[in-house]
Amino acid sequence: MREMIISELSQALHEIARGFAHFLPRLIVMLILAFVGWVIAYLVKAGLRSLLRLIKFDKLSENAGASQLLTKAALPSATEVLSRFVFWVAWLGFVLLGVNVLGILGLQEQIARFFLFLPRLFVAMFIMFFGLLAAGFFSRAALLAGVNANLPSPRVLSLAVRSIIIVFVLSVVFEELGLAEQTMLVAFGIAFGALMLGLAIAFGIGGRDLAQRFLEKRFVREEKDNEDEPSPL
Amino acid sequence: MTLAEESVLTDDFLRQLMNVGEVDILVGLPTHNNAKTIGSIVQTIQIGILRGFPRERAVIINVDGGSRDGTPELVTGVTIDDVRPASNVYALRTLHSISTKYANSPASGVALRTILAAAELLRAKACVVLSPESSNIEPEWVSTLLGPIYRDRFDLVTPTYRRHKFEGLLITNLLYPMTRALYGLRIREAYSPEFAFSGRLGSQFLGQNVWNDGTDEAAVELRLTLAAITGKYRICQSFLGEKLHVERRGADLVPALRQTAGALFSALDADFPVWSVVAGSQPAPTTGADQEVLLEPLRVNRKRLREMFSIGVSELESIFQSILSPSTLAELQRIARLGEEDFHYPAELWVRTVYEFAASYQKGVISRDHIIQALAPLFRGRAFTFLTENRNASGADVENNIEGLCLEFERLKPYLLQMWKSRE
Repeated sequence: MREMIISELSQALHEIARGFAHFLPRLIVMLILAFVGWVIAYLVKAGLRSLLRLIKFDKLSENAGASQLLTKAALPSATEVLSRFVFWVAWLGFVLLGVNVLGILGLQEQIARFFLFLPRLFVAMFIMFFGLLAAGFFSRAALLAGVNANLPSPRVLSLAVRSIIIVFVLSVVFEELGLAEQTMLVAFGIAFGALMLGLAIAFGIGGRDLAQRFLEKRFVREEKDNEDEPSPL
Repeated sequence: MTLAEESVLTDDFLRQLMNVGEVDILVGLPTHNNAKTIGSIVQTIQIGILRGFPRERAVIINVDGGSRDGTPELVTGVTIDDVRPASNVYALRTLHSISTKYANSPASGVALRTILAAAELLRAKACVVLSPESSNIEPEWVSTLLGPIYRDRFDLVTPTYRRHKFEGLLITNLLYPMTRALYGLRIREAYSPEFAFSGRLGSQFLGQNVWNDGTDEAAVELRLTLAAITGKYRICQSFLGEKLHVERRGADLVPALRQTAGALFSALDADFPVWSVVAGSQPAPTTGADQEVLLEPLRVNRKRLREMFSIGVSELESIFQSILSPSTLAELQRIARLGEEDFHYPAELWVRTVYEFAASYQKGVISRDHIIQALAPLFRGRAFTFLTENRNASGADVENNIEGLCLEFERLKPYLLQMWKSRE
């Protein structure tokens, strides 16, 4: 009996030792991958930061309105945020590769999903950034056009243009990420429809006098206004 | 002529040019739906050529931007026999009138390029461009503009006009003083639809990279003037008389700003080695009056100008923060709060504003077209002050005020240079 227990125990220890002997190289590989990944991610971060500074990405981000959002959220500059984000994504990728090497059942599928999700995440970020850029550009264009055409409340017009573009961009971003696609579609439809209806009602009923003045100014008094301003050239 | 220039000219137009052969004088006439006036304008030009250059080989080239009222046919339909009885002059050479359509919509840059390419192909010694928008073209304009090129070997002749003291405010308050301060030559009308140039200047300008650099081609006339200054060509001015236009385009301020301020700002980068070393300014040789001022009453809605300035300063604050220095913006906000009686946009502040806009345009702090558009309300504020200051002024007083503004532009030029050099 005693020999049997000792035999079983030694066999179990042997199995553990053998299992550990199998696992240890994988663990070392994982740690090496994590370290190499950290170095590569750090180099990528440094390179990307220099590139973004070279192309004045912060200025672009300021024009897009993204910098203002970051400042409100007490976050660093757009260059810093993007380079840090790329660092973490790259390093996490290497760490997950290492974890994959460990051969833990069930984890491999999740890791594969993560890597499949990455391109969609980058596309969504791309859409978001250029969407904000477009919103900034077109809202500023609307503001300038409104001021130079002497329209009433040009800032409201500019804000409306910006809001519509951002709502549209957000709906595209969520769809790309595959988050609550149906909900976002319905929410976008309702928000956009409500906005248009609201504008129509506000302009048609609430702002009847304003609309009348605007239309008169646009179509009736234009010639008179021209005569009142000397030719610039 | 390069392949690029040849491609500007259609096969049919090339054939017409080859039939004409070499010429001494070329008159360029860009048109777009000018059927009402073009017939008499072509007759006037023909009389001008017959009187001023009866022995020279001459051609009138009409470049049309897609007229739908038969303008090109009217140009080619005017024969020399129509003008002989009226002018009592006779041509010793054949006077050709040919026409080409360069596009389906007007584009003054393409029109001028077509004229330049044709002039180079025909080896024209002297060329003049006249605008059918000018409703009072006289036969003398042809020899007044072409004479200094053909006889006195000048390379560019720009016009001076008799104008109302409140017409051309963008010229008198921005383009003339800034061009003069930066390039050192006092040219009153650096951007004009009427001008004349020598064949060698035309060929040199045609070869420049201004056609594909992304700038507004509508302002190419101004670029030609600047190219003549930077290339040290011989430039003079000729007095044409009163400037009358078929259409008043008083409210088209933003396009006018694009054509003047936008073109000037965009040229500054390439021309930096030239203008950065220029100090002071020299008068350009002038035939006839330098500038004459008309004083008759003109109804101007000054109140609206000041209102649009105040609204602009208030509504565009976020844009001005990117373009202007904090001190300039604070000063503009202060004067925007003043009542109509106290409102005054001083010359020094206006010059600083314009220079800061030019530097921001160069840095591209926001879209360059947006920078030009943002200048419009501020220009209206400056126009209000100019109108107020000169309401009861004589012609001499108006000229003195413009001269004062020019000197202010020259005095503050180091401020622009300082901003330019510290652009990073």
